Amino acid sequence: MKTVITPQQHWYTFNYKELNNYRDLFYFLAWRDIKVRYKQTAVGVLWAFFVPFISMVVFTIFFGNLVTLNTAGIPYPIFVFVGLLFWTFFSQAVTNASNSLVSSQDIIKKIYFPKVLLPAASILVTVFDFFIAALILIGMLLYYHITPNLLALVIVPLLMVITYITAFSLGLFLAALNVKYRDVRYVIPFFVQILLFFTPVIYPTTTISSSYQWILQLNPMSTVIETARTVLLSHSNTIAWQQLFFALLMSIIVTLISWLYFKKTERYFADII
Amino acid sequence: MEKPIIQVDHISKQYRLGKQASYLSLRDVLGKMLNPKHLFHSKTEVRQFFALQDVNFSVTRGEIIGLIGRNGAGKSTLLKILSQITPPTTGRITLHGRVASLLEVGTGFHPELTGRENIFLNGAILGMTKREIQKKFTEIVAFAEIEQFLDTPVKHYSSGMYVRLAFAVAAHLEPEILLVDEVLAVGDTQFQKKCLGKMSEVTHNKGRTIIFVSHNLSAIQKLCQRAILLKDGYVIKDAPVEETIHEYLKDNSVVSAEIKLDQRKDRQGNGKIKITQIRFENFSSEAISILRTGQDVRIIFNYETDATFSTVHDVIVSFPIMNQFGETFLNMINLATGNVFKTIPSKGQFILEWHNLPLMPGTYYFNTFVSASNVITDWIIDAGCFEVEYGDFFGSGQLPPEGQGNVLLKHDWLVRDL
Repeated sequence: MKTVITPQQHWYTFNYKELNNYRDLFYFLAWRDIKVRYKQTAVGVLWAFFVPFISMVVFTIFFGNLVTLNTAGIPYPIFVFVGLLFWTFFSQAVTNASNSLVSSQDIIKKIYFPKVLLPAASILVTVFDFFIAALILIGMLLYYHITPNLLALVIVPLLMVITYITAFSLGLFLAALNVKYRDVRYVIPFFVQILLFFTPVIYPTTTISSSYQWILQLNPMSTVIETARTVLLSHSNTIAWQQLFFALLMSIIVTLISWLYFKKTERYFADII
Repeated sequence: MEKPIIQVDHISKQYRLGKQASYLSLRDVLGKMLNPKHLFHSKTEVRQFFALQDVNFSVTRGEIIGLIGRNGAGKSTLLKILSQITPPTTGRITLHGRVASLLEVGTGFHPELTGRENIFLNGAILGMTKREIQKKFTEIVAFAEIEQFLDTPVKHYSSGMYVRLAFAVAAHLEPEILLVDEVLAVGDTQFQKKCLGKMSEVTHNKGRTIIFVSHNLSAIQKLCQRAILLKDGYVIKDAPVEETIHEYLKDNSVVSAEIKLDQRKDRQGNGKIKITQIRFENFSSEAISILRTGQDVRIIFNYETDATFSTVHDVIVSFPIMNQFGETFLNMINLATGNVFKTIPSKGQFILEWHNLPLMPGTYYFNTFVSASNVITDWIIDAGCFEVEYGDFFGSGQLPPEGQGNVLLKHDWLVRDL
């Protein structure tokens, strides 16, 4: 094996072989996060339950009762819960990934490894949380006597992949930015909060006037949540495949842009972190 | 001749000073962008310094190279570049083989995880695959001597156990090139020996190449055939180990009664209290550049504080002394004498009065260390050295033979019949 170290490295290098060599590290990093989070089992699991559940209760009180939203006959609690399920996954993933480099600075300063593993692995723990919160959804489906479309078995994993990539693309960029500018971490929760209102989590897309619909379309998470509702809660069989494809494409484009920035700064992380 | 396994050509590394002390904030950058005055000439004074300058050397397979030099000479920077943690500013390095670096013991250990879990995590961080770790697992556990505590979270480990476990993982790495920084400084002597033994065994049997940084010259002497001396980022000497160590000691024994420390950059701590100068004098307040065994010595540490000095309390001052092999054998610390300073003047002197200097003739090196409220304010490793010459410690005109210990104690010998 031959390694050449020079001052310059091209930003477009994508060393697949190296990433493959470190795939066990990726696995162990993710496993560490999951293990540590669920070490105090009760608390770890409870958090995964509580965050979407309490949010659902709060939003139901305000939007289900005080303000009436047209949810096409779907009970508001389960309507909002499907949104929150994916949104919590997304927002936790973005937050975890954004902080992943700074919180592992002691490793970055002492050992060489492909840094991209850190944000990528930190998202896996939120996949776990997603599955736990999904148990609540199953309970609610039973309670409201709603039978999901069989297509859900294919669509939901696809939606999770899109969510993962979208969260990763933003997290990758923010993580690199966070290394350079330390106040980024204070901006992230605010940023995520604002994104919530640009995504149809607590309201249906139909409330937005059609001249602004295109803004929602640009946001992959809008498509994810809308599709999740269609496939899980309504009897409609019409999946907007085109939109799904567009969302996936969008998330991949953003990932590429983030990757360029990440690569540009990666080699100097140890100097500035 | 065999092709070198490591080829280092014209490596330099430049760091920016000044800006580095505090982190950049997005707020400042955005603020500057919004302020038109700064938009076009936002040149802030950034001082640059070279941690390494035009370093060249090559290493052949199976060599163990010692890297020595004062703190701030560039040893750690060189290891960081070789291990790809940070890129060089100029130059080129070619490595033929798998590299593993051990710049710190227990990197990535997680306190909540058990010993078993940390072996896997740490092993993966050091570059081992899961299969390799599984293969070595029993060996690692046996080496660390922690069998009973394997399933206890490491936060409950004693520091000795922690270090042993961390070392054990590292000792079982099997790269072609191993880079080791000052990691042997921790851990008990017995275990250090075991690790040194393991390291040399591995190189001899399997042809591993090691670059080894240490202050512990005796360890360097034992392990390496060749050593490189760095000073201010330059390679000063690249020769067989004895020659290089000789050069290093020669260069370091420039003694004077006063040692200025205010220009030292390689200090650690928050800087609230900083040692600026050290002066050696006798009890008649005359400066002395060479101390004598048995002499009454006063060591005066001038210090300065920053604006927050009024909040400073419980000041601990420590003066650890090392022999020429970098082994600390004596530490004078006001915590032990019960003289912790509750409060101190904003600018002043810490004075260490030392009766009857109990040191054998020789050269001694020291660190300075100050903390306030248990937070390190100033810590200079290798702050300076002093020379001790013959003096009549026992009042008998005799001292023990040289090379049989550094420290003298007043004692008596008797004989009686039975």
